[in-house]
Amino acid sequence: MAGISIELLLASLMVAATPILFAALGEMVVEKSGVLNLGVEGMMITGAICGFAVAVETGSPTLGFIGAALGGAGLSLIFAFLTQVLLSNQVATGLALTLFGLGFSALIGQGYVGIKPPATPDINFGAVSDIPFIGPVLLSHDVLVYLAIAMTAGVWAFLKFTRAGLILRAVGESHDAAHALGYKVVLIRSAAIVFGGALAGLGGAYVSLVRVPQWTEGMTAGAGWIALALVVFGAWRPWRVLLGAYLFGGITVLQLNLQAAGVRVPVELLSISPYLVTILVLVIMSSDRRRVAMNAPAALGRVFHASS
Amino acid sequence: MIRLEKRPMPSRLWTVLTPIVAVLGTMVAGGLMFALLGKDPFEAIRTIFYDPLFNDQFAAYSRPQLLVKAGPLILIAIGLSLGFRAGVWNIGAEGQYIIGALCGAGVGLALYPSESFLVLPLMVAVGALGGWAWAMIPAVLKTRFNTNEILVSLLLVYVAEQLLASASLGLLRNPDGGGFPGSRNFQQWEAAANPELISGTGMHWGVVAAFIAVIGAYTMLSKHMLGFQIRLTGSAPRAARFAGVNPVRLVLICLGLSGALAGMAGLFEVTGPAGQISIDFGSGYGFTAIIVAFLGRLHPIGILLAGLLMALTYIGGELSQFMLGVPAAAIQAFQGMLLFFLLAVDVLSNYRVRIGKPGVA
Repeated sequence: MAGISIELLLASLMVAATPILFAALGEMVVEKSGVLNLGVEGMMITGAICGFAVAVETGSPTLGFIGAALGGAGLSLIFAFLTQVLLSNQVATGLALTLFGLGFSALIGQGYVGIKPPATPDINFGAVSDIPFIGPVLLSHDVLVYLAIAMTAGVWAFLKFTRAGLILRAVGESHDAAHALGYKVVLIRSAAIVFGGALAGLGGAYVSLVRVPQWTEGMTAGAGWIALALVVFGAWRPWRVLLGAYLFGGITVLQLNLQAAGVRVPVELLSISPYLVTILVLVIMSSDRRRVAMNAPAALGRVFHASS
Repeated sequence: MIRLEKRPMPSRLWTVLTPIVAVLGTMVAGGLMFALLGKDPFEAIRTIFYDPLFNDQFAAYSRPQLLVKAGPLILIAIGLSLGFRAGVWNIGAEGQYIIGALCGAGVGLALYPSESFLVLPLMVAVGALGGWAWAMIPAVLKTRFNTNEILVSLLLVYVAEQLLASASLGLLRNPDGGGFPGSRNFQQWEAAANPELISGTGMHWGVVAAFIAVIGAYTMLSKHMLGFQIRLTGSAPRAARFAGVNPVRLVLICLGLSGALAGMAGLFEVTGPAGQISIDFGSGYGFTAIIVAFLGRLHPIGILLAGLLMALTYIGGELSQFMLGVPAAAIQAFQGMLLFFLLAVDVLSNYRVRIGKPGVA
């Protein structure tokens, strides 16, 4: 186990967790509004290439991340239109989004293979970052790591304390009741879907611009699906989603470090461990039927059609 | 003002028409995409949909490919459609396809170089069993722990891909292959080969199995109690429970059947067109089959036609790549678009479009 530094491990854990945290937070808001969007993987990969392309062309990572959010949101608009206006099946439409996103991103990304994107700078905290341990672990990152944490707090406060958050949850619990009260169910859900798309796009761009950083086809490698699982793991609560994301970031980083350190465990077993752990956690979380039923939005995945 | 009014029953006319409308819509949108890529849209569409079948120069080569590609797509999509009808979402067919191929090939290679005629049938059985077992993981977790089968079956695809890479580099690597990754080539070993049965048609055992699956699924859905239970659960889950349908049993059957068929498809592919286990063996058939199942309206005959059409886009895609330099990814995006259009026009079969103010009820 020599050669693995705890400080470095924890620092890279935060980086590894950020993309799935963004995507999972966005999806959580979408599901809170009663919509199941299985296209997270497609929106992430679209965000990854949009962000990468914009950053390379303009030389600005900031514009890249904005482009990624727009790309993810743009793709999610298709989902919003199909499921909210044309009342299509949400599971099938989400899958279509993922299939299309994978092809579409590969198409745009052809000219960008093997290019290095402009570096996203770390925030300079000055003398504070010289504090041993805390400095290198917590204060050595780029702005998006902190934005993801701030976003967690923001989503939490929005859902818990604001009137808009209450309405969003009401729509997710019973769209008929919310509709009868005069709330625009379709509009509110569409807004949530676009927000989820933008965050998934940001998460994708974090993979292609910071974490890897380069472009390869299908580079998100299931991160979107892990984000979907995280929402269940977090029982639709923002801080638990954050905890889950950091846990998975930890597992990912640890298995990569163990591979590099040449531990006598088969490499395949290490590579599949994040997926296996995700499944295991899903099983544990969903086996308690009462708890899942208490937190899951009641109208999740159901089609809303105003009959009058 | 445009309103949608729910039909009491899905329109039969539109159920048949929507796939056609969707294909036409995709051609227009796809043409637009090709135009943006700087290709002549008409030429691209013709290369994809017309040339593989009727062009004097290529048709002789590409026509047999139609059945080669359609076979696994139809076989997998038939299994998926049963589950989709009952509201059981197995979207990890790609994983079951890979595991089926690995298990079947593994058993076959253990018997190398036996010349017994039983080798291929045994491999097929083990392949189906492998796919079945892989699908049983989400099925059991779903029935025992209420775990979402969508996420589990999908995550297992990534696990299967890792196992595939590991097997082709280690366990199943050809000992006479000079250290190159990949297993022995089954086409060069008569007892295990899945050859073209009628020369020039592309027909192999997998295609035969696909046709049998179409007939079997059709008979089951229209004549058999299980088929009725599947249809009933899909349209009215509560009514189904009252009618005595066991939901646990139905989940196990639907996932098990689709897994077994996907595993078989994988085995036929590895012993036939692919020839060997290699790192890039997983070709995305398991995902494309989802589009095929929907395009075929989850109906066996529809799936047969949809599988052929989707196979055509594969072959036409390769042809347009070769002839016009259209990137391979464009075809993938094109197939995704098809599913979008299909889901979009589906509204017409379930709802009536009314223009004007609502009347007095």
